[in-house]
Amino acid sequence: MRHTAFLERFGVSGRGLVVALPYLWLLLFFVVPFVIVLKISFADVDLAIPPYTSLLQWEGANELSIRLNFNNYAFLFTNELYIKALLNSLLVAFVSTLFCIVIGYPMAYGIARARPKTRNILLLLVILPFWTSLLLRVYAWIGLLKANGVINNALMSLGLIHEPLAMLYTPFAMYVGIVYSYLPFFILPLYANLEKMDWQLLEAAEDLGCRPWQAFYKITLPLSRNGILAGSMLVFIPAVGEFVIPALLGGPNALMIGRILWDEFFSNRAWPVASAVAILLLLLLVPFMMWYQSIQARESAGAR
Amino acid sequence: MATPAGAAVKAAPWRDPNAKPYVQIERVTKAFGDFKAVDDISLKIYQGEIFCLLGASGCGKTTLLRMLGGFETPTSGRILIDGEDMTGVPPYERPVNMMFQSYALFPHMNVEQNVAFGLKQDRVPKAEINERVASMLELVKLGDFAKRKPHQLSGGQRQRVALARSLVKRPKLLLLDEPLGALDKKLREHTQFELISIQDKLGVTFVVVTHDQEEAMTLASRIGVMNQGEIVQAGTPSEIYEFPSTKFVADFIGSVNIFEGKLIEDEPEYVRIGSPELGGTIYVSHGISAAPEATVWAAVRPEKVFMTTAPPEGTDNVARGAVQDIAYLGDLSIYLVRLPTGKIVRVTQPNTSRHAEAITWDQQVYLSWDSTSPVVVTR
Repeated sequence: MRHTAFLERFGVSGRGLVVALPYLWLLLFFVVPFVIVLKISFADVDLAIPPYTSLLQWEGANELSIRLNFNNYAFLFTNELYIKALLNSLLVAFVSTLFCIVIGYPMAYGIARARPKTRNILLLLVILPFWTSLLLRVYAWIGLLKANGVINNALMSLGLIHEPLAMLYTPFAMYVGIVYSYLPFFILPLYANLEKMDWQLLEAAEDLGCRPWQAFYKITLPLSRNGILAGSMLVFIPAVGEFVIPALLGGPNALMIGRILWDEFFSNRAWPVASAVAILLLLLLVPFMMWYQSIQARESAGAR
Repeated sequence: MATPAGAAVKAAPWRDPNAKPYVQIERVTKAFGDFKAVDDISLKIYQGEIFCLLGASGCGKTTLLRMLGGFETPTSGRILIDGEDMTGVPPYERPVNMMFQSYALFPHMNVEQNVAFGLKQDRVPKAEINERVASMLELVKLGDFAKRKPHQLSGGQRQRVALARSLVKRPKLLLLDEPLGALDKKLREHTQFELISIQDKLGVTFVVVTHDQEEAMTLASRIGVMNQGEIVQAGTPSEIYEFPSTKFVADFIGSVNIFEGKLIEDEPEYVRIGSPELGGTIYVSHGISAAPEATVWAAVRPEKVFMTTAPPEGTDNVARGAVQDIAYLGDLSIYLVRLPTGKIVRVTQPNTSRHAEAITWDQQVYLSWDSTSPVVVTR
């Protein structure tokens, strides 16, 4: 009691404190870094530490001038590489999401319709990969896909092929890696949605003349729409900026915006351009994130 | 007063040996592992009937209904609908519709779309769909709610949407699983009579599953009382009530006083039963078929017991006791009378007068009944 009284003297209530904490967290670890990145994106490259110019400069004694450099953004739009990388990233994320839907939907459906005991085991299997680091799992894929890797060796010893298939460092390997890594993010929200389904609706549909697949198409699919969208956003949004998987599995030709960002930042030490890329990527993804938020809100409101 | 239950059945076809049954259930058994949910049931249901499957939860009534709908396959035996063997016929090809206990309305469709669903599935022309949906919604008095989503409706309205959706395809047979279970008492009574009048208007055969004996009595042309996967007795509501064939049926339908005893006189015209539980003899004015010296039970309905302060004539069908408890229900009162043997007898008396000389607690009373009142059952 005495503590709250002490705080209340400064106009802080316990309730306000609880609400303030997450905001403080967001301010410190999201807004501040974002503002820094935004600032850098308007700066110029400089041979200094840190390697960019300051936006604020004293001109004489009493005059503070702000210098905003839009060249970084102009550079992004005039240089084909960035536009291409951005479009390619969107395409890769989109295709990966499609694969996640095709592979993940039957899995989520199967889990939701399994008996409660089996269901927990299946869910555990979906979550199990998270117990190992992503990097290790992607490296494991290198071992599977490389020229003398597990898959090629197995196929050759079976006599199905005579030359190893070139799988590693191809778009194929990159898609395998992305779909594999992001599949649980698709399955879990969809499962949560399907698990709430009233399966008697399917019996009602069959009773009214639907074959089982028609009942699925007319009842299950529309009712799980929000689950599909939520899962898709959870795959699509991070996949656009994905760096590790294309870098390790996709080979040198995988043109992804995440890799460009990495190269600009670490290889070219072009922090302002890298920041501009980051801001652009964020702006591009904001509509998708807002969409995801509205789906989540609808889902928790219970209205379909 | 509404039309008598099952008015569409005028001539009691189940009494006519030449009548062709619409639904034939032939020695159907459904086992889940070792448990027999439905145990060797045979039943004939006729066109235009409202047949109620009545029983406590877990007696197998819903399983039987689901087998009629095609959602469960009989382990053995077969079901014929309109003379056709339904074995292996999936739900979507049966001339049957079902109204689910949960109503199972499609939450992403409005009332109109829900009702039109089955017709669209059958590729009925659009104009005809619109017309049939509109008239069906009119019938269940939901014309103004066509554009509402199910979650915007009350329980009673949802029930009517479910009914409209299952009737709009004009099935010859409608299966109803606890159709009124989710409604409150007033609405339930009202809807019972609505159901009967709709059934009468459309001439559909209804098979209704319920655990509520009052609902069964009001709705049914015939009732099949189920217990542990078997049909214990099938008959009209009054047959079931007045002539129960077993102790279970007598006890399950309404309330009843059951006196255990032994036959002491067994003549073709009458029997006399000595009942230690009653502390006297029961005289029944018709013969029964039972082994001599067999244990039998005489069931007497509470409303058929007379309660007097003066001793009645004769020595049969008489007992003396003290009023232990009284429940005043308005239209009638229930008295619990304790006999010297410890047996509690339930008596109901209509409150015909507003200022009756009331019998009160602990008062000594005589109980008696007509010799035609007891029903004697042997199991």
